Amino acid sequence: MGFSAMRANHKFIAFETIVIKEIRRFTRIWLQTLVPPAITIGLYFVIFGNLVGRRIGEMDGFQYMEFIVPGLIMMAVIQNSYSNVVSSFFSQKFQRSIEELLVSPVPNYVILTGFAVGGMARGLLVGLVVTIMAMLFTDLQIQHPFITVSVILMTSMVFSLAGFINAVFANSFDDISIIPTFVLTPLIYLGGVFYSVQLLPSFWQVVSSLNPIFYMVNTFRYGILGTSDVDIYWAFLILGVFIVVLYGCCIWLLRHGTGIRN
Amino acid sequence: MTIAISIRDLQKTYANGFEALKGISLEVAQGDFFALLGPNGAGKSTTIGVISTLINKSGGAVEVFGRNVDTHVFETKFDLGIVPQEVNFSLFEKVGDIVRTQAGYYGMPRQLAAERTEKYLRKLGLWDKRDERSRSLSGGMKRRLMIARALVHEPRLLILDEPTAGVDIELRRSMWEFLTEINNNGTTIILTTHYLEEAEQLCRNIAIIDEGRIIENTSMKKLLAELDSQTFILDTIDELPESLDFTIDSTPVRRIDEHSLEVTLSAGKDVNEMFSLLDAKGLKIASLRNKTNRLEQLFMSRLNGN
Ligand SMILES: Nc1ncnc2c1ncn2[C@@H]1O[C@H](COP(=O)(O)OP(=O)(O)O)[C@@H](O)[C@H]1O
Ligand SMILES: [Mg+2]
Repeated sequence: MGFSAMRANHKFIAFETIVIKEIRRFTRIWLQTLVPPAITIGLYFVIFGNLVGRRIGEMDGFQYMEFIVPGLIMMAVIQNSYSNVVSSFFSQKFQRSIEELLVSPVPNYVILTGFAVGGMARGLLVGLVVTIMAMLFTDLQIQHPFITVSVILMTSMVFSLAGFINAVFANSFDDISIIPTFVLTPLIYLGGVFYSVQLLPSFWQVVSSLNPIFYMVNTFRYGILGTSDVDIYWAFLILGVFIVVLYGCCIWLLRHGTGIRN
Repeated sequence: MTIAISIRDLQKTYANGFEALKGISLEVAQGDFFALLGPNGAGKSTTIGVISTLINKSGGAVEVFGRNVDTHVFETKFDLGIVPQEVNFSLFEKVGDIVRTQAGYYGMPRQLAAERTEKYLRKLGLWDKRDERSRSLSGGMKRRLMIARALVHEPRLLILDEPTAGVDIELRRSMWEFLTEINNNGTTIILTTHYLEEAEQLCRNIAIIDEGRIIENTSMKKLLAELDSQTFILDTIDELPESLDFTIDSTPVRRIDEHSLEVTLSAGKDVNEMFSLLDAKGLKIASLRNKTNRLEQLFMSRLNGN
């Protein structure tokens, strides 16, 4: 076997090892990682979708329940992808077990991709649980499956990478909850999960259009319901740019050893 | 002779401006059992950190089996196994998973990874613990787990940072036996320690590091001989000739100035013998004092103090 073939094979095994380890981590602590998001979002379905939603009537021509389902799935995917990478990478930094990887012949991009795919695995698993729960409340029909799947995968990737950057800079357990609480949650809530921006005064419509999550939620809603407040080509462009830029930043941080190599 | 590791003019200044390594150079031959001895804070862990790329160096170069660790990252990491001073595995993972995962990072297919994990966990007496979470292990077991993890890819060079610190005497002996065995099987070993006794028991060659500098780099035998010897300063009544070309106890007698000279005797040598030799050379001695040995002084003040 040639050296380069060995290298390619080695990298794949290393990648697989990281992903399996990540999945093992979040399934081991499933009570902390899988159950809470399912309960929270289940409550949203019951309270907003079912109880309050009936009084709201229609939004963009859909039952309120139908309208919020895509946004809530997206919310679960975003929060859990982010949270998995930020807590896993930070705790490996904290326990110094990240050194196991750093002394091994694993290239930076394999480390990064491994963690990102681990985060996507949790984000998508929780997303799937939420989707199944949604099917108990409403009749879910997917209008554009390809768009739906692409946008969820890309969004999950974006927030896994963002979680990675957060973990690199974090020095304490507080530092890993600041961004989710003060940045992520407001952006999700104001990203059109619960309402159509057409309800907003034009000034706030412009402000909303600066929120990247607004594009992701609406594109995902387009995939499922066939209706959107945004141009979906724009949304894919934004997602693509985010992935490339964040991936580049992560690789740069790893190469410079920021937060991990003295 | 193949050189397992070559370190040239290694420097490290930490972010706070502290100069932990002030230009360290070392060579360790393949097959050697080498000690890096020094008091706490000397720079031992920093040196190992730089070799393993966990610490970014400020200057110098490291070559492992002739390859630069910066430019041949892939090959040099296969050759190196590192056992760190502090526990650095996840306390929530199972013992077996920790070793198997490390094998995966080195690209071992599942079957091979499982075989190697079993082999090294058995060798280190941890096979029974394979399904237990690592936090339930005792201190000595945790250290053995780190050794198993460092060996799973069968590196040619194993570096251990204070492997026996805080380990009880019985366990220390069995660890020494184990290390001697793998060294006899061809693995080059470097260990850091602040016990001279440990280096003496195990190692053929030794470097002594203090305050970021190598102050001695020699064979264990020579070091022990030097440590065991005593140096005397003798003042003479008459003025000494320009040069003194004779030896006592096979060490040259050194002229310090016109009225004093230096003689080194190995342990147990008779002082009277020295006097009669000097007398035979026509040198009359007025007084004698003991010169403290530089190394001895270091060991007394630092090593024993710790
Ligand atoms: N991250 C750091 N920042 C600043 N100084 C450090 C850091 N790590 C170690 N040092 C200092 O560098 C010196 C050498 O440390 P170290 O290599 O750990 O010594 P040893 O392993 O020989 O006990 C010590 O004085 C220590 O305080
Ligand atoms: Mg140390």
